Amino acid sequence: MTVLARPVPTSDNAMWVAFYAHCARGELRFQRCEQCAGWRHPPRPMCPRCHSARWEWVAATGRGRVHSWTIVHQAFHPAFAADVPYAILLGEMEEGVRLIARLSKTDMPNARLALDLPLKVEFEPVSNEIALPTFSIARAGDAAPGDTVPSEPEG
Amino acid sequence: MTADELAANLGVEMSYAVTHQQGGASPTAALQTAALIVTHGVARNVLVVMGWNGYSAIRPKRGSKAAPLKLGEGLAALSTTLRDYYNPQGATAPAQWYAWLAMRHKQLYGIPDEATGAVAVAARKHAQQNSHALMRGRPLDMQTYLAARWISEPFRLFDCCLETDGACAIIVSTEDRARDLRTKPVLVLGAAQGRPTPADDIASRADLLKIGLASAARRALQTSGVKLSDIDVFEIYDCFTYVVLLQIEALGLCGPGECGDFVKGGSIELGGRCPINTHGGLLSQGHAWGLNHVVEAVRQLRHEACGAQVPAAQLGLVTGWGDFGDGSVAILGRG
Repeated sequence: MTVLARPVPTSDNAMWVAFYAHCARGELRFQRCEQCAGWRHPPRPMCPRCHSARWEWVAATGRGRVHSWTIVHQAFHPAFAADVPYAILLGEMEEGVRLIARLSKTDMPNARLALDLPLKVEFEPVSNEIALPTFSIARAGDAAPGDTVPSEPEG
Repeated sequence: MTADELAANLGVEMSYAVTHQQGGASPTAALQTAALIVTHGVARNVLVVMGWNGYSAIRPKRGSKAAPLKLGEGLAALSTTLRDYYNPQGATAPAQWYAWLAMRHKQLYGIPDEATGAVAVAARKHAQQNSHALMRGRPLDMQTYLAARWISEPFRLFDCCLETDGACAIIVSTEDRARDLRTKPVLVLGAAQGRPTPADDIASRADLLKIGLASAARRALQTSGVKLSDIDVFEIYDCFTYVVLLQIEALGLCGPGECGDFVKGGSIELGGRCPINTHGGLLSQGHAWGLNHVVEAVRQLRHEACGAQVPAAQLGLVTGWGDFGDGSVAILGRG
């Protein structure tokens, strides 16, 4: 059977391209509405609260908490077969948005997942243009991407 | 196959055609559409049909020449989310997406494994009465259920439905035409659809556990004038056992977090106070996208369900569940 490559984001959607380009630079940025200042993710062209089409990409702290998760024991795509078991987390970020990302390979073996467990975002490069966010379990004193990235909006 | 291709093969002239894009919620949603179409005279008779090679084409066996389905195929409404967000993280299948909903509910309310086990065991028990069930002759007990391997936590093997090559069809017509036929007519008393907000991403919902069925069920019951407590038989979309538990709560059969107690003691089995999936469902009959649930409800209300018959059934409720938690529901009555 053909070995299929790992699926990577292949969008021509400029907003997703921008999201992953920020990740490739080690920055977690979410859209924030210029009119009502509401944060949102996944990226959309319009604010679902006030319908403004104007937004900016603003650096997030990269800190959040476990909202839910699954631990995958059977891969449904051959590219992930070597990775099982792996956890896919749904994190509630400090900005109020939620983010789906895998638990880092380092944290996976001893992970005792629970609701509200503190998380921080790291990045896993998949190409020059794209890095995927991953979660690791936050410990006291951990640095997160927002600690090093200027928090002003990017033009 | 598109509606155009199907009509060409059947040699019929179509006055109207529509394709539903809500995954497993599509068949019951299509029943609603068909009822609207005949009620408004847009067409006289509507064929609602599904067919797929859900076993042989999705994960071809070694040596097979069939190409595997592309990721997300058949889920057009979700293509951007899957391609750019979920698939790259290894979240490529419903067993993973719905596990997020199940895990949060299970953690919040402390639902025991035996609750999902009760759903799996009931479905398998009912399949033993159904000559069209793939799992007939292969009973399942709670011990075997609990000992099975993990697929995607909290789902074990028997929490996941079958993958089946199969097809199903129903014909919807007006009541006066149906009454001219030899078989007892079954009436669509109410039907509705609902979607979570947003429908195209699970994570960003204010309340992760607010699924599409909750609002749909209220509207369908209101339209039909039927009380939930008067319904004799339930055919609940069961791609995963936990999805049945979430729908039991969304229908209002019990309160939030009470599904574990609700399914105890054989209550959802034939002979119990709320028989669910009398044909064996997707878990034990086969995966026909839930159109087999509609067919089973019709059989029950025509009193043609043989060993699985709910005695004197007059009212039935069917649900569909698809994409990232879209819901559809129909309330059917013996005519």
